[in-house]
Amino acid sequence: MILGPGIIVMVADNDAGGITTYAVTGSKFGYSFIWVEFLLLPVAYVCQEMTVRLGAVTKRGHAEAIFDAFGSFWGWFSLTDLTLTDWLTTVTEFIGMTAALSIFHIPPPLTVIGAVILIMAMVMSGRYWTWEKIVLVFCVLNLIYIPAVFLINPPVSAILREGVIPGFPYGLNNLVFFFLMANVGTTIAPWMIFFQQSAVVDKGLREKDIRWERVDTAIGSCFTIAVGVFIIILTGTLLRGVNIESAAEAAVLLMPINKYIGTFMVIGLFDAGLLGAICISLTSSWAFGEVFGWAHSLNQKIGQAPWFFLFRLIILVGAGAVVLIPGAPLILITLFVQVIAVTLLPAALTFLVLLLNQEDLVGKYKNTRLQNIVASVIVGAIIILSTLYGVSALFPELFK
Amino acid sequence: MLRVSIEKIREINRKYSKPRIKMSRGVRFALLMLRLYLIFLVLILAYKFATMTVLK
Repeated sequence: MILGPGIIVMVADNDAGGITTYAVTGSKFGYSFIWVEFLLLPVAYVCQEMTVRLGAVTKRGHAEAIFDAFGSFWGWFSLTDLTLTDWLTTVTEFIGMTAALSIFHIPPPLTVIGAVILIMAMVMSGRYWTWEKIVLVFCVLNLIYIPAVFLINPPVSAILREGVIPGFPYGLNNLVFFFLMANVGTTIAPWMIFFQQSAVVDKGLREKDIRWERVDTAIGSCFTIAVGVFIIILTGTLLRGVNIESAAEAAVLLMPINKYIGTFMVIGLFDAGLLGAICISLTSSWAFGEVFGWAHSLNQKIGQAPWFFLFRLIILVGAGAVVLIPGAPLILITLFVQVIAVTLLPAALTFLVLLLNQEDLVGKYKNTRLQNIVASVIVGAIIILSTLYGVSALFPELFK
Repeated sequence: MLRVSIEKIREINRKYSKPRIKMSRGVRFALLMLRLYLIFLVLILAYKFATMTVLK
């Protein structure tokens, strides 16, 4: 089965932070951001499709490819920045998971320990395919927001009128611009580029598989946007005008309105955090394994690739422990993630485009002129918007 | 352990000491822009840190 890396990376992109962004967007602006999500579909696809070609042809992960092509300076910069970003993002995934299950009165230490054990148990089989099948089940669970919307019968005509026709009914003020940047920022993250390329390599996909892996990536793009749109419809219908700051808060407020919807929101948030933790912790481990020459495949058992799995365990345990420290600066960490991510995203995307232009590296799979134009416009727009998003995290008064 | 790690890092630095990408004008320009971008980010981070410290 070729389907896997594309769907997993795209659905995992709707992590705990992503779910919060969509939930807050819907509550603040109703359906008016839905068209923005549709615009982001080709953006996500174009960026991730390039990793497929690069991984399938070179049989190298993105970290190793950067070291090899651009030298050790850019290699170390990418590797350390990726690891720091991934670790901080994993902390936010644990924040999401513990916040979700706290609504069901499950103590945070139990959530953290349970999640770490579950994530590590998934790799016990020593088979990539087994791991992938389990993760795909969690990906299906991430679609829980879709049936949730059908339970509330939202006004379809209003959704079409407000959501599908591009425009800014709330005006293009600083707050709208901030959420525009947040939605773009949550659709493309640096770890996604590294993850999918490494996953393509670990799965053993070859040049002949590129066509199907493109289909996989396209399906994944549709899923990630669908989840975003349905969460916006959910909170845009039931919590419009309510001032919420997180998906967990949305779940608490939804419980008295409709306990099933509230429960779906909790399950979805926990699943999103879990998927994020699974994929993001794996990304850094793959990257380190590639560069340091450790055995680094999910097709190996823990004893066969001890450093790879130990590194992943350290990331997970470290991130989970931070969430359990009383008084830990979790809000500061959440903001810091945005800033650190923007230091890596432009470099990772630029390297991707440059590598896809090296005929001696990717042969006939190099970017065509049209692909370069589309990729350059998209990468340029992402860099500008994500940089402004990062700056807004540092100087919130600029966009409020 | 530390000595082994340092030796491994040196080995990686040796292995990847020379960029293998063809340094065309476009590649040079892109790398220069990335360097300037990073300097810009470091400067605004430093500014933020400095203003936070002064305000405290």
